[in-house]
Amino acid sequence: MDSLNPFILSPGKLEAEHGVATTAETKEELKSYETVGDITVDNPRMTARDVDVFYADNHAIIDVSLDIGSNEVIAMIGPSGCGKSTFLRCLNRMNDTIDICRITGSIKLDDKDIYARDLDVVELRARVGMVFQKPNPFPKTIYDNVAYGPRLHGLVRTKAETDEVVFQSLEKAGLFEEVKDRLDQPGTGLSGGQQQRLCIARAIAVAPEVILMDEPCSALDPIATARIEELIDELREQYTICIVTHSMQQAARVSQRTAYFHLGKLIEVGPTNDIFTNPSAKLTEDYITGRFG
Amino acid sequence: MTPTTTLIALLLLTSLAYYVGKMRCLNLARGLTGGTRELHSLPRYHGWTTALLCIVPALLLLGIWIVLQDRVITSMVIAGMPEALQSLEPSRLGLVMNDIKNLVSGNIVSSDPTPEIKAAAANYEHLVSLSNIARAVAVLGLGSAGLFIGWRMVAPRFRARNFVERLVMILLIASSTIAILTTIGIVLSVLFESVRFFGKVSPAEFLFGLKWSPQTAIRADQVGSSGTFGAVPLFVGTLLISFIAMLVAVPIGLMSAIYLSEYASRRLRAFAKPALELLAGIPTVVYGFFAALVVAPWLRGLGDSMGIEIASESALAAGLVMGIMIIPFVSSLSDDVINAVPQTLRDGSLALGATHSETIRRVVIPAALPGIIGGVLLAISRAIGETMIVVMAAGLAAKMTINPLEAVTTVTVQIVTLLVGDQEFDSPKTLAAFALGLLLFVATLILNIIALQVVKKYREQYD
Repeated sequence: MDSLNPFILSPGKLEAEHGVATTAETKEELKSYETVGDITVDNPRMTARDVDVFYADNHAIIDVSLDIGSNEVIAMIGPSGCGKSTFLRCLNRMNDTIDICRITGSIKLDDKDIYARDLDVVELRARVGMVFQKPNPFPKTIYDNVAYGPRLHGLVRTKAETDEVVFQSLEKAGLFEEVKDRLDQPGTGLSGGQQQRLCIARAIAVAPEVILMDEPCSALDPIATARIEELIDELREQYTICIVTHSMQQAARVSQRTAYFHLGKLIEVGPTNDIFTNPSAKLTEDYITGRFG
Repeated sequence: MTPTTTLIALLLLTSLAYYVGKMRCLNLARGLTGGTRELHSLPRYHGWTTALLCIVPALLLLGIWIVLQDRVITSMVIAGMPEALQSLEPSRLGLVMNDIKNLVSGNIVSSDPTPEIKAAAANYEHLVSLSNIARAVAVLGLGSAGLFIGWRMVAPRFRARNFVERLVMILLIASSTIAILTTIGIVLSVLFESVRFFGKVSPAEFLFGLKWSPQTAIRADQVGSSGTFGAVPLFVGTLLISFIAMLVAVPIGLMSAIYLSEYASRRLRAFAKPALELLAGIPTVVYGFFAALVVAPWLRGLGDSMGIEIASESALAAGLVMGIMIIPFVSSLSDDVINAVPQTLRDGSLALGATHSETIRRVVIPAALPGIIGGVLLAISRAIGETMIVVMAAGLAAKMTINPLEAVTTVTVQIVTLLVGDQEFDSPKTLAAFALGLLLFVATLILNIIALQVVKKYREQYD
């Protein structure tokens, strides 16, 4: 590792500074910072290189490079405003809806640049699904909520086909048993945890390759959260999942790799176990030991 | 003193009262160990208390005096007149009193005044000037008394703040009561006149009759000596024109609302939305002659060139222009409800790979639909009650037709024509206007209630 990097801990330094609260470094100081850990994986599904995001004059993401491997769950953690959600929303171009947002660098899905001129954003979003912080079922029936995507993309033609996709998706999202008798009732009438699982069912109904989850449990109670976490673990077999979370315990429970963001920089990335037991960067250490954030 | 000068003097007295109350309070506070901190209320509340005690009773007295003055003086003048004049029948007596008042104010009098009239006029003038002085004295005296009481009430523990708060609340209640009472009054007067009408024409005939011909002859032996009052053709005409108006307003209004709320840039929206709402600011009379002088002849010409006969006062012309007028209602209300649809729903749809227009069509509009329907219902009740455009552009003949190319008439047009000019208020012809008004009121009221319920239900959905 680069010993010149002032943010890397040496054992002596750790002892010397133990118990001393770190002042969060300014953005300017962090600009030249190099990410610690291996940003690459063996079988990447998505690769981001030198990504910068600006909201008008605000430099929200600074030079982030990161691979997202196939069938892995990667957690993105960091204090509020560190850019983790912004980075997530770059991966399916949801930032397009914000006028003042500008993105440079390259993000590829299966070696194809998703910001290329000839790429159809509709197709991209069908392949990279998203689950939001607050459950947002449409004010339609449970059935129609799940059938929305498949109908939109012409994946289903007959009622039988639709039924099959809807039932399978609800099954995968672990919701089918709970709602099978009331598929014709509004999705907004479900409990918060059920609504979030409905949103996950809705996302997987269009057969995406990657599912982005933006703090999917922050509006849910602990029991509903546990259900979603179980579900994420099951879904890993078929999908690649990026999850942004404020809960470090959640990141530790569900993910195989963890990326720590701070002030728009990717500070450290590595296997989740290493990050939480033996972080290499001082900022990561300070964050996971609860010294700020 | 005239009422105006009395009022000005009272206002001056009130500001004096405010000052006096506040000063006395400050002076009292100076004697306390804790200064103004020991007061229950700030000095300005004591000032307000004194001022309110000064102005409110005095103002009430002034109002009552002005209302009653003429009646009291008139009866006093009549009491002072010779026996011969007093014994005249009421209507003649009223004319005499009119003469007297004209004489006093120097207007033209109907005939050369007799000495008795002149004497009565002098008496009237004398009483008025006496009343003016008495009024000023009484009002200002009451104001001064209020000032004095307020001054006496100033004390460190006096709850002046609570007193002022309560008075402000009473003032607000009184204001809202006036609005409600006025509505009730209008409804009742319309109701009573309608009952009189239904005494002459049976409600069944009015509600279900198919022929509307309110003209009644002066003499019994003339043709059509009794009018027929079947309101159905009027309502058919009203509904026809409203329907045409909604055909214009709903699609255009809705689509412009969708454009403004979903596609337009912030700068364009900041300009276009007020511009669209400006349509609502155009006086309806302007729309009216636009319909009658521009649209109707143009439609007629168009019809001629295509070999279709279009009446010069067609329902189509009135409906088209009324539709234009209603566009801002529909678009403004729809714009609000579309904006109220949470962004998370749009994001959810976009994240599933829906295009912008698919998201609007399949998620935003269905979610906003109840609110949009509420807005449309409000627009319909507005269309039904609209008068000026149809008076100018729709016809007068109550034809029972649903052909938009013919002339039809509406309820509001008939109310106007029934009441324009000098009318005797005991014939069914005039009273029919009240019955029509009542029916119209009930119809729009029901529509409004439904619309408000729909809008309310919609609001609860996202809260």
